[in-house]
Amino acid sequence: MIAFENVAYDYGSGALLTDMSLNLSAGSFHFLTGPSGAGKSTFLKLCYGELLPTSGKVTFLDRDVHQMDRDTVAQMRQSIGVVHQDCQFLDHLTLAENVALPLAVAGRSADTADLQELLGWVGLSKQAMALPPSLSGGERQRGALARAVIMSPKILLADEPTGNLDREMSLRLLTLLVELNRMGTTIMIATHDLALIRAAKAQVAARVLRITDRQLQLAGSEL
Amino acid sequence: MKAILSAVSGVISGDTGADRVVPPSGPAVWLTVITSAAMAFLAVLALAMSLATVRLADRWTASLSGRATIHISAAPEVLPAQTQLVLDILAVTPGVSAARAIDPAETKALLAPWFEPDFLIDGLPIPQLIDIEEAAEGFDTEGLSLRLAAEVPGAALDDHQRWRKPLVRAAKRIGVFADLSLVLIAGAMAAMITLAAQAALATNAKVIGVLHLIGARDAFITRAFVRRYTLRTTVGAAFGTFVGMIAIATMPGAAEEGGFLTGLGFSGWQWIWPLAIPVIAAIIAFWATRMATLRTLRRVQ
Repeated sequence: MIAFENVAYDYGSGALLTDMSLNLSAGSFHFLTGPSGAGKSTFLKLCYGELLPTSGKVTFLDRDVHQMDRDTVAQMRQSIGVVHQDCQFLDHLTLAENVALPLAVAGRSADTADLQELLGWVGLSKQAMALPPSLSGGERQRGALARAVIMSPKILLADEPTGNLDREMSLRLLTLLVELNRMGTTIMIATHDLALIRAAKAQVAARVLRITDRQLQLAGSEL
Repeated sequence: MKAILSAVSGVISGDTGADRVVPPSGPAVWLTVITSAAMAFLAVLALAMSLATVRLADRWTASLSGRATIHISAAPEVLPAQTQLVLDILAVTPGVSAARAIDPAETKALLAPWFEPDFLIDGLPIPQLIDIEEAAEGFDTEGLSLRLAAEVPGAALDDHQRWRKPLVRAAKRIGVFADLSLVLIAGAMAAMITLAAQAALATNAKVIGVLHLIGARDAFITRAFVRRYTLRTTVGAAFGTFVGMIAIATMPGAAEEGGFLTGLGFSGWQWIWPLAIPVIAAIIAFWATRMATLRTLRRVQ
């Protein structure tokens, strides 16, 4: 699905990531860990083309992201669900409209029943008509997750998706992600939450990657 | 070309998805509407001035289309001979296509309105008038005056119409300024819309970020902003044009004796011309917003 070949990224103040090689195969489940500032968010941005590597090659479905024109990048993003750490929404649209936005962008109409089911899936049925500024941090994260999966993406990239959630809701969302993965969605989650990783490993064959010293490593069995 | 046609079609037909993504209000909303209304109002006035100066210059040019008068003041017994002498001179003067001695009765009829009804015009020493029709190339006024002074002392060439030539030039120059004003107004409108669109794009950076994240193409985002600003500009320009046309309609009607000021308006089919202003404003808004949006989006990965 997504492959990194000797990828490095440099914000201009020295290399943040160097010599990274990875192949995210279809249907795989990965966690990405590492200390704060290690470059986890940067790694995810490289995955969906918000950032381009300063050296090396990132390919999406065997196509070099560097060689893609803007429309192709947009099309690629329609098949990638992204949950950002800061969960941004369009504040003048209701939560339901925000969740359905990827469909509007792709020129498709939202099925109301499906939308309600999806909002129920993330526990936000009652907040469907609420405007994003009135939502709590946890509600926003669940809303962002619903928006990320509404297009049935091939890949789901999530940056600390349970950072604002309590244990119960975190596990509930994990169950949903595991379900998605079983349906074929490739999943990559950047997180510090070791309990979440352990819970996931009990349900799926999740691999854990760690960024240390600007490099990507497969984490050991201690997790 | 296909992308532009698609964008034009999007502006006309609308796109429910794209229309909703830009927040409905913002600081630039009224700025755009009011400024485009003001620009359209000024454009109507400039257009009226341009058309009025063209009409004025045409009228003055027509009245200059080669007529002059010679008047001969002499004793009655020598007047016929002098008249014939002047006609002979005119017959061989280059640039004179025709010359006619005006009948004294005709001259008296011209003078009659200026006197009391019972005034005896016959008692006045009325000069003989000779009407000259110039050829297209015109004649040498100074040369003819000198020759008349030498050969027919009582004859004087009256080229009174020639003072209008500088006025025609001035009218044409004012017309050029009016046309230039229209161009400047169009440029100012484009600059204003570009600034308003850029301000809106900067204000809505978060919206653009979210849309990019979920895979919105540049065309989708551009369509949302272009439609919003094109409609606002068109509404403002239509209002400004309407008010401008009312202002022009309330001007006093064009009258021969009123000269330039009373002629500042539209006549007949010219009233259709201002209706093009909102259309042109819409085209300007479409291009200015489209260019500003695409330029901004290209800076974002």
